Amino acid sequence: MSENAVIELRKVGKWYNSYHALRDVSLTIKKGEKVVVCGPSGSGKSTMIRCINRLEAHQTGHIIVNGTELTDDVKSVEKVRKQVGMVFQNFNLFPHLTVLQNLTLAPIWVRGMAKSEIEEIAMMYLRRVRIPDQAHKFPGQLSGGQQQRVAIARALCMRPEIMLFDEPTSALDPEMVKEVLDVMIELADEGMTMVCVTHEMGFARSVADSIIFMAEGTIIESGSPAQFFENPKSERTRQFLGQILEH
Amino acid sequence: MSKDSIPQSTAALAASFEEEPSQASVATLPGGMTALKPFGWAKNNLFNTRANTVLTLVCFAILWFAVPPVVNWVLLNAVWLGTSDECRAAAGACWSIIAVKHRLIFFGTYPYEEQWRPFLACALFVAMLGVSGVRAFWRPWLVGAWALVLVAMGVLMWGGVLGLTHVANDKWGGLPITLMLSVFSITLAFPLSILLALGRQSSLPAIRSLCVGFIELMRGVPLVSVLFMASVMFPLFLPEGVTIDKLLRALAGLTLFTAAYLAEAVRGGLQAIPKGQSEAADALGLGYWQKTMLIILPQALRMVIPPIVNQFISCFKDTSLVTIVGLYDLLTAATVATTDPEWRPFFAEVYVFAGLMFWIFCFSMSRYSQWLERMANRYNRR
Repeated sequence: MSENAVIELRKVGKWYNSYHALRDVSLTIKKGEKVVVCGPSGSGKSTMIRCINRLEAHQTGHIIVNGTELTDDVKSVEKVRKQVGMVFQNFNLFPHLTVLQNLTLAPIWVRGMAKSEIEEIAMMYLRRVRIPDQAHKFPGQLSGGQQQRVAIARALCMRPEIMLFDEPTSALDPEMVKEVLDVMIELADEGMTMVCVTHEMGFARSVADSIIFMAEGTIIESGSPAQFFENPKSERTRQFLGQILEH
Repeated sequence: MSKDSIPQSTAALAASFEEEPSQASVATLPGGMTALKPFGWAKNNLFNTRANTVLTLVCFAILWFAVPPVVNWVLLNAVWLGTSDECRAAAGACWSIIAVKHRLIFFGTYPYEEQWRPFLACALFVAMLGVSGVRAFWRPWLVGAWALVLVAMGVLMWGGVLGLTHVANDKWGGLPITLMLSVFSITLAFPLSILLALGRQSSLPAIRSLCVGFIELMRGVPLVSVLFMASVMFPLFLPEGVTIDKLLRALAGLTLFTAAYLAEAVRGGLQAIPKGQSEAADALGLGYWQKTMLIILPQALRMVIPPIVNQFISCFKDTSLVTIVGLYDLLTAATVATTDPEWRPFFAEVYVFAGLMFWIFCFSMSRYSQWLERMANRYNRR
């Protein structure tokens, strides 16, 4: 494993029946690095990010997260999931629990933390995502942007070393995108290791250390934002950028 | 929507269509609620179109022909405490058979002088069921209270201790049998059904096919044959000298049968939970049982309260089928009560009474489930 790498993918392959979703994907992410993954739909970017905490199991190659290789062994999966937080496109908050209960559930049951202790920490995170006054409401009573900020706080309560974002703003009304991106930028400034699948190119340009462009299950190109936007190497990347930056 | 707002919106609708006449018939009650005076209400709701007028008249005609005979039979011409001869002379119902036979209907063949014992046991049982339904009592001590009540019921029913004479359970009958069979089989079937429903969705083929096989077997067979199997066939497979009580065998049959149906209701709930819920729980590091108990089941079960209670009610009524294996439930005891030659003509009254008893319990369950549903789904309100 290379120096400082917290996530390493080596020739990862994944099939859904006969559909080849990931083809020999190799990738190294260093501690504190912010990586934005983009690409057309069906390019395998969500599949790849979901393999990192084994919501999807890869079939060939190796995935090593913080020194633990993901295998069929449940222990390796448990260990990795404790270190990796995830934010979903559709928030996936637990609707039958209050906002505060959403935040404290996993720390209590998985980490065995005392309720009073974690509630204090949870309130601290709710303040950071700027919705402490919603702590006792149910998710259904919140706007989409608020729900996504709760989801980020919920992931942070597990004190992860790595955060995965799977299109975190795609299900939001346009006026709510900024409030979520602001929270993500703050998190990036604090030095969190982040892997983010997104089409928010403004966010990518200002926050990302590197941008990965995927198509047809492979990484076509990766590089710094400056290089990616100003001087893309492949024709496929230029075509994609032309499509999303046109308007 | 509350009940009050229905007439209100009807009134508003009516008012918006034909302003003048309905305005006159709307009376404003204190608190801003509106109600229509009877005449205006009838005009707006029962006679507002030609089709509605016809329907209204047909309904009135049916009521006109049906209600008076029923009221006459049930109340006006009924004999309440008379002898069987008075009953034969009367045109109405003979409720005195209930007064005469109620001990037999409620307690079957339980020794007559000892029938205060099943009465007390049933009273305790029903009281405990009532207490268990109240949210404020959902505390750990309730489990202890149940343990005590069950022991007390056992002592009362069986006796043999504390100076009570022993009554073997083939002498039990009537309401205690119906209540205990239904409540115990529901209580046992419910967790079993959850396991079956989870097993049916398992990724392990052996567990999945076992659960599917069991559910499909139980659903494909009439309850009567399940009871018959449990009662007659099952002992054949037991080693020599080992016997399981007939009541227990019927309970097992009823439980397994109910569990199979309940499992399908529960599965409906499990399938309605979005995949994202499970993924979020996985991503947070929750294990399978934590995820199932904390995230999936609480949501799934709330969704399927109506079909689950439907099955509970069905199970309660199914207990009347245990008569096939020679058990003496409420309905069987009622049937026996009609065999007395002196009172034989008045079997209808006995069945009406037994039906009423069943209805009281089933209706209570139904009402309770409505409250439960409202309470459990509070989080859906905005």
